[in-house]
Amino acid sequence: MSTLHTVNKSPFDGTSLTSCLAHCLPGDAVILIEDGVVAARKGTAAATAIEASLAQCKVYVLGPDAAARGMNGETLATGVETVDYGGFVELAATHDRTQSWL
Amino acid sequence: MSDEARKFLYVNRKAPHGSIYALESLEVVLIGAAFEQDVSLAFLDDGVFQIVKGQDTKGIATKNFSNTYRALGDYDVRKLYVEQESLDERGLTVDDLMELTHDTDDEDDLTSIIVVNRSEMAKIMSEQDVILSF
Amino acid sequence: MGYNFKGQDIAHDEEGYLTDLSSWNPELAEMIAKDEDIDMTDEHWEVVNFLRDYYDEYQIAPAIRVLTKALKKTMGPEKASNKYLYELFPYGPAKQACKIAGLPKPTGCV
Repeated sequence: MSTLHTVNKSPFDGTSLTSCLAHCLPGDAVILIEDGVVAARKGTAAATAIEASLAQCKVYVLGPDAAARGMNGETLATGVETVDYGGFVELAATHDRTQSWL
Repeated sequence: MSDEARKFLYVNRKAPHGSIYALESLEVVLIGAAFEQDVSLAFLDDGVFQIVKGQDTKGIATKNFSNTYRALGDYDVRKLYVEQESLDERGLTVDDLMELTHDTDDEDDLTSIIVVNRSEMAKIMSEQDVILSF
Repeated sequence: MGYNFKGQDIAHDEEGYLTDLSSWNPELAEMIAKDEDIDMTDEHWEVVNFLRDYYDEYQIAPAIRVLTKALKKTMGPEKASNKYLYELFPYGPAKQACKIAGLPKPTGCV
């Protein structure tokens, strides 16, 4: 029984990411979408928090949203995987529920 | 679909009067209550401000929908989970919250508020069939 | 659009619900009821007054299920049935009674 969490707000603009990571259980996955992707930019406090939670859950960014914000493989925090729209759908389908952190 | 009621959790994370999230959530809860599912609400982060007592919106000329939370019991919404850490962070205690109650066949005015800690909240979320976020 | 009430124009929406709750009064209620082909009896008033009190307290018009449950508590089981309410308000108790009570159309309700 696992959950796919989505985060669509910047970590510099609220508590969505922090709260999401604090409620993630082992085996869950987090996907950063829209402005949420900036949390995965290497060298930020948010990226450090993400890296710390990788031990218990997987973290993804939605590629098109990351690209739109000038992020690519090199600027991405270590361990964060990039998926396309199809990959997002796949994640939604392989988890029991989805929870949006708005 | 099986006859068994599905578990629906409405997650409230926004303060009440600065955006439409809280009111929208409440309206969806009230409409959804007609479908007789197993409904509970979660209040965490700024969402805990939604059920603080003594809200007075006269000065901002908006509807004081904080009173409507007190009707939830009539709609058989009986489980309002409130996160302890979110209260703490905001200098609130359970005494700062409205008294939200429900009746059962046997007893009246039972409290609907259930204070849980963060890891209990995470577990409650993980037990749902559907999570609706606001 | 509005109700012509003693030469005054009282605004309502396209379905006849008052736009401003505070423009309501019992005489206007009788007039709205007449438009709905309802002759207001004490039993009608009981429901209308209940709805107004409920709105005053909770800022919503109750769903029909909530209305019947609450009526059972205050007025006894014989008045707490859908049948009783539909006899009073044939076109939907919540909908018609709310209109007469000067409340907004109930959220997601018949």
